[in-house]
Amino acid sequence: MKIPRTPSQTVGPFFAFALMTRPMVVAADAAGAIRIEGRVLDGAGEPVPDGLVEIWGPDGDGRYTGSAGWGRSDTGPDGGYAFTTVRPGAVSEPDGCVQAPHLSVLCFARGLLKPVLTRIYFPDESEANAADPLLHALSDDERATLVAEPAGPGGYRFDIRLQGDDQTVFFTTPASGL
Amino acid sequence: MSTRAEELQRVDDDERATRDADPAYFTPEYVGTRLRAPRKPLLLLPERLSELSGPAFGTDDVRASDSDLTQQHDGEPIGERIIVSGRVLGSDGRPVRSALIEIWQANAAGRYHHQVDQHPAPLDPNFTGGGRVLTDDEGGYRFITIKPGAYPWRNHDNAWRPAHIHLSVFGSAFTERLVTQMYFPGDPLFAYDPIYQSVRDPAARERMISTFDLASTKPEWALAYHFDVVLGGTLATPLENA
Repeated sequence: MKIPRTPSQTVGPFFAFALMTRPMVVAADAAGAIRIEGRVLDGAGEPVPDGLVEIWGPDGDGRYTGSAGWGRSDTGPDGGYAFTTVRPGAVSEPDGCVQAPHLSVLCFARGLLKPVLTRIYFPDESEANAADPLLHALSDDERATLVAEPAGPGGYRFDIRLQGDDQTVFFTTPASGL
Repeated sequence: MSTRAEELQRVDDDERATRDADPAYFTPEYVGTRLRAPRKPLLLLPERLSELSGPAFGTDDVRASDSDLTQQHDGEPIGERIIVSGRVLGSDGRPVRSALIEIWQANAAGRYHHQVDQHPAPLDPNFTGGGRVLTDDEGGYRFITIKPGAYPWRNHDNAWRPAHIHLSVFGSAFTERLVTQMYFPGDPLFAYDPIYQSVRDPAARERMISTFDLASTKPEWALAYHFDVVLGGTLATPLENA
């Protein structure tokens, strides 16, 4: 017996005074710490200065625990967000499938009536990426939108393009309505 | 390690929104969606640990005072004090325990405590308008706040948002994350609001409207509204009854 879901509505432009942020998922000098930064851009290539980005990832061994792998960053005037988090490990699924190291990402903003869901994969994991069943099912152009670019030691750049020819690949799940 | 190509179903968001509780990303009556809504088909993600898991929050993340928005300053805020309570449930009807709910809202005059909000209505030095709470073992939650005012926005000529409280809810799965808006019964602005109207199914729209809750009022002190939140069940059959 299913009861019907509550619909999603936009986060609007005025959340910053109320929603806590957590850009430092781990300290910058923690073992395995990486920095991920990027911009959220609209269909005209303009920055989204009033967005909210959340990440969710496993620890270095691929385990999801507590709220340890959760981060939240609002976007600045240039649409920029940034996280310091732990480099995620590959995730072994109960059915034996292994997922390449990745972070799950939700982005909320004024003008988004529901969040967009995507994933960040890593450019220096080419072997694991090549074996990842999800990446394998994408076209080359689609896959390219999900792989971060190197940005200095321990740093990565991942832009979220909401709309346009180079739109980031966004996912939905069976019941979430995303 | 074997490479197994998974077929990813491509989902047309507009078509889905005709059957789903949620609005379509692209809802041009809400002008803000025109350049921000993804226009390519969504890929249906196989449910994997990444999305079936989600952050678990605890009592360290909230203080008891966070759920009373009228007690966050030295003085009492202006406006109609209200109690908002309800439950967070999964789509199987089971309570979602220890779910983090964050709320934010305009003050009684319809002004947000935010520098970008330039509506010429007064700020209230005794009201910020943000709160948080964890649900209890029955999925229950309760806030004390001030009834928010309606406010104008520039979506179209003479556009006004119906009074609402924003809610952000964490379920047990990352993909159960829900941000919604709770409205108040009988608001004359519903018919003119493209955000409320972005939900296509009238019955689904009504699930965003709180109900007057006489039993929870406190005589001589505050009226009360009830609002249950139902999150997506992550184990549901794909798109069935969506």
